[in-house]
Amino acid sequence: MSKKLRVATTSLAGCFGCHMSLLDIDERLFTLLELVEFDRSPITDIKHCGPCDIGIIEGGVCNAENVHVLREFRRSCKILIAIGACAINGGLPAQRNHLDLGSCLTEVYLTEPGLSHGHIPNDPELPLPLDKVHPLHEVVKIDYFIPGCPPSADAIWKFLTDLIAGNTPELGHGLIKYD
Amino acid sequence: MSETFQLDGAPVPFEPGQTVMQAALAAGHYIPHLCYHPEFKPHGSCKLCTVKVNGRTVASCTMPAEAGLTVESEIEELNALRRTLVQMLFAEGNHFCPSCEKSGNCVLQALGYDLEVHTAGFRHLYPDRPLDASHPDILLDFNRCILCELCVRASGEVDGKNVFALSGRGIAKHLIVNSESGLLSDTNIALTDKAMQVCPVGVILKKRVGFNMPIGERRYDERPISAQALDDAPRQTDASGNCEACEGTP
Repeated sequence: MSKKLRVATTSLAGCFGCHMSLLDIDERLFTLLELVEFDRSPITDIKHCGPCDIGIIEGGVCNAENVHVLREFRRSCKILIAIGACAINGGLPAQRNHLDLGSCLTEVYLTEPGLSHGHIPNDPELPLPLDKVHPLHEVVKIDYFIPGCPPSADAIWKFLTDLIAGNTPELGHGLIKYD
Repeated sequence: MSETFQLDGAPVPFEPGQTVMQAALAAGHYIPHLCYHPEFKPHGSCKLCTVKVNGRTVASCTMPAEAGLTVESEIEELNALRRTLVQMLFAEGNHFCPSCEKSGNCVLQALGYDLEVHTAGFRHLYPDRPLDASHPDILLDFNRCILCELCVRASGEVDGKNVFALSGRGIAKHLIVNSESGLLSDTNIALTDKAMQVCPVGVILKKRVGFNMPIGERRYDERPISAQALDDAPRQTDASGNCEACEGTP
């Protein structure tokens, strides 16, 4: 391959478990680094995304900052991949979706014994939460999805190598997992 | 010599009274299905088992087998439709596999795996469906109900108790419990009931045994549902569709 593909990654409303699983490809990282170079990512600590070939996003969209980051990725990346249960269906953070956001905040910060500090955080630095947690595809166009909580290192490896080789990524039995 | 129909180009023998689904499974041909269960009368509601018979789309679980039919099942056009059906079921309920104790043993999940469904797509509805934890031994998690009516059929036809029913129309259709309070604890359901064994997803759960099977040893960990379903399928049935080898037959 003449030119390395540029890859950006980020975690929105996720737990970084999918990033841990990416690191779990272990020594195959060396092979991967012969094919790609990382742009914005927790791995590089680059803060904003330049033009990229592939963007990989874990976590759903739960606040205003998530929307901005997701749109930055969509603008910058030719191919956008949602990785993990939260990016694909909201996952754990979306368990609040059938509840009223105001009641959640009241319960956590005002009425729940032991957690009460007397007020709901309102620092202007804090991004405002959305009333519902959204999967990525409800906000921007997503090209590919790697399911799993997290997807196994082997699943990520299979998917990325298929994609980089120019094939339609397929996981198949044993690698495709929703849990 | 029995008569045959053609399924994806292969001859499939059948006995009088068998459906396309029954004959196909008995002959070792898998047709994806969700609400069909070998021990119950076909329901024909999930439409996963849709095939083309002489060019027309029909549910193979309700379609009587006839000599000379040309049936197409394993074609991309139908698998694409099946994928969409599975996706709509995932988007309609609250199916969060990582926290579901049925994960690994769930028919809906296994179908998603087998059809390479990577995302539910669509706009998720995130419905509000409170649990019924009233019964001391049984939990009902309505979030995962796909309205297949297997519990309704099992409780009515086998247990003779009619504990479950569907109520409402269209998107408002939902599973209800047949007691004055609407609570499961006020019914005569028992752990030994057939209704306890048939839920394809994680709605009807025995309490205090969740996650007792390690990942890797669950039903669909080792082999995909397309292989598993053929093992489960009755190979010999009599004219009325009854099967001596079936699980649960007295």
